Amino acid sequence: MSATQPPDPVAGDPAVAEDRVSADTIAAPRVPFQRRLRAEHVRDYGIVVFAIALFVYFSVASNVFLTKNNLLNLVFQNATIGVAACAVTLTIIAGNFDLSLGSIFVLAEVLAAYVAVHWGVAWAFPIALLAGAVMGAINGLLVTKLRINAFLATLASALTFGGIAVGVTKGGLLITPNSSVFTFIGQHRVAGVQYPVVIFLVVAIVLQIVLAYTVFGRHLYGVGGNRDAARLSGIKVHRTVIITFVITGAACGLAGLIDASTTGSGSSDMSGLGGQLALLAIAGVALGGTSIFGGVGAVWRTVLGVLILGMITNGFDLLAVPDYWQDVVRGILIITAVGISSVVDRR
Amino acid sequence: MSAAVVAPVRLVSIGKRYSGTKALDDVSVEVAGGTVHALVGANGAGKSTLGKIVGGVIRPDDGQLFIDDRPVRYTSPREARIDGIATIAQELAPVPHMSVVENVFLGIEPRRGGWVQWRQMRTQYEKLVSQWGFELDGHAKVGALRTADRQKVEILRAVACDARVIVMDEPTSSLTSVETKTLHRMIRTLRASGRTIVYVSHFLDEVLELADTVTVLRSGRLVRTAPAADETEDSLVAGMFGAAAEAEHFEKPQGSTAPVVLEVSGLHRKGVLRDISLRIRAGEIVGLAGLVGSGRTELARAIAGADPVDGGTIAVDGETRNIRSPADALAAGMAFLPESRKDDGLFMELSISSNTTFADLRSVASRFGVLHRAIERAKTRSLLNSLSVEPPNPSMRVASLSGGNQQKVLFARWLFRNPRVLILDEPTRGVDVRTRAAIHRLINNLAAEGTAVLLISSEIEEVLGLAHRVLVMRLGSITREFGADPPLDAVMEAAFGLGGSTTA
Repeated sequence: MSATQPPDPVAGDPAVAEDRVSADTIAAPRVPFQRRLRAEHVRDYGIVVFAIALFVYFSVASNVFLTKNNLLNLVFQNATIGVAACAVTLTIIAGNFDLSLGSIFVLAEVLAAYVAVHWGVAWAFPIALLAGAVMGAINGLLVTKLRINAFLATLASALTFGGIAVGVTKGGLLITPNSSVFTFIGQHRVAGVQYPVVIFLVVAIVLQIVLAYTVFGRHLYGVGGNRDAARLSGIKVHRTVIITFVITGAACGLAGLIDASTTGSGSSDMSGLGGQLALLAIAGVALGGTSIFGGVGAVWRTVLGVLILGMITNGFDLLAVPDYWQDVVRGILIITAVGISSVVDRR
Repeated sequence: MSAAVVAPVRLVSIGKRYSGTKALDDVSVEVAGGTVHALVGANGAGKSTLGKIVGGVIRPDDGQLFIDDRPVRYTSPREARIDGIATIAQELAPVPHMSVVENVFLGIEPRRGGWVQWRQMRTQYEKLVSQWGFELDGHAKVGALRTADRQKVEILRAVACDARVIVMDEPTSSLTSVETKTLHRMIRTLRASGRTIVYVSHFLDEVLELADTVTVLRSGRLVRTAPAADETEDSLVAGMFGAAAEAEHFEKPQGSTAPVVLEVSGLHRKGVLRDISLRIRAGEIVGLAGLVGSGRTELARAIAGADPVDGGTIAVDGETRNIRSPADALAAGMAFLPESRKDDGLFMELSISSNTTFADLRSVASRFGVLHRAIERAKTRSLLNSLSVEPPNPSMRVASLSGGNQQKVLFARWLFRNPRVLILDEPTRGVDVRTRAAIHRLINNLAAEGTAVLLISSEIEEVLGLAHRVLVMRLGSITREFGADPPLDAVMEAAFGLGGSTTA
């Protein structure tokens, strides 16, 4: 750019400058540099700004939204999804995928209810977690040792687990004994906060720390980012991947336990939360900004993604916006978030 | 060339920025028709970026590209192709599971009413092949071809769509010297037919031999455009770095009696490696020469546990190790720098420090696996300084470094482990002259400190320049052994399986 050149009258407007294809638009504006920096910031932190904006908007638009009870309820209602989503973030960062979250959740819930009825209430807790972990391990083995694509492996295992759940309940509902021990998690509070909310936050914090501050967490980014390089760096890739599936399975078992405890029953009905869990959780992960291709992401992003989706349901309910709009908005939101990151990355 | 003749490609005040770094700044170049125009520069000088702008692969932020004096603004390589500009990229991108013929005519298939005219396509292919004197089976799947043959596919593709300007980005970086000669012959044929070649390369000897005009770039700025006949390797290097960079000569110790660190005996892998035995002493650099496909890389990968073997033993410091995975090899004190830093080496999305410490995270973590990030950064920084990585900022993403600095980071990962045995597969591929010299010094210093080094390179001069002993591989076996500084032609003959000249 020569200093003697007169300023281009259209240079201030990049859109006009783009369209004019002639030699005298050579003096293009120095705008793109700043624009690019901003684009990357939008991709990385836009979701935080959006969450705050949404929060402020609902606080202003509804006088119920910003009350302790409503906010606690919002998190409470999304606690099961949140627990599953935070865990599956690890699986996704390590370059895999899990569509069986809902089925693990349902089968763990049903098994928890079954052992509560038949063996005693105390059995429900370890069995739900253990069942989830075992199902996760099965997924992990299918994906690593048999080298089945994670989409297909977990789609198939989801069908199987769901079927077993229906078999256990014989299609109905298992009502657990009305014991305060069993409903303790789902229906009680500590310092005014529901236990599921506490569990969600603890799971999120622990997994975020694991991911960001431990050797294992770093290995997940490596395996998801460049599997061959990770292997050549001495990482046992299969073992690492299987562990992520086990963690996800156990978390879904925990989510199933929360649900069983809240409702005091075990249901194999996939038309409820069980049927939606996988998609809602993965939607939360994607909305938060974790790459579905692995190698990039964070648990705090997933927490934000899940809470944004929850806020939309909660806020729209308070404002009496019809249900179908909620889904439309959530769909558009996910496309926008993923679209921004893909456009920015391509530049 | 008279002023009346329209230049097929003219770049005026081109500028391009990547996340705040100026890749190109106010670069103007005119490419004359029917010539080979070389773009040279160190890594990160902007030569590839400039080539990509001509080919429509990337868009400039400032400035204007003229094709035949017509201002253009390409948004895709496809648009450039319509104007007769084809790009043959550094990483070739044909469709691997389709045949050669299908790839050559991809998107320009002869068709009638939406149906591909297969017979006509084959005839056209045969005509092209004979016209350009290529030997390439049209039925072969491109995925199964070697890099050199894939390149032929790309060139055929360019001439099939009647490109007048062909941009070649580092076309010889993964070719053997024989294949390079073939490529140069093709380029001369293309030029003789009136086509214009924009040739991006950091191999100065090639550039001087091939090009009519050379444009030198340094840090995104134009240094000069001059007739190749007026330039020498020294003048180009001076232009690229602003000062003459000297080639180093390394002293090679003879008849070392240091203890054997790595001993491989009877290593065998069906169809790939045949009864390989070798030993490397402490402080010794053993070079592995051979043609592409001779089993060099396969041997390195087998020793490093990356590929399985069918038989043989590997001992480190006299202790036989059962190596079945890279983890086992690392535990035995080996480190393996793979051929492709992008495919097998670096985690592009992670920071420099994450990349550096990845193979030995335990050393910067507590007993329970919690990382000490401050220690990690400090250790990384001192390693980056000793390797003179620019910039030595541990939190920067590796993807934003230049190729040479990326390679140094990969070295840093292995040096971080203080290995007993260092296996290097193409340690200077795709790095600039200065980084290359720095890496050579580094390898020499590591050996001087007692590391056993196995060095593989398709650049025979690199092997000869560094190695204390040279092993030549051919068809999966070690066929010859030379001492230090063997004559180049003897090594070449052994690699090609010719003659029986005496061991140097």
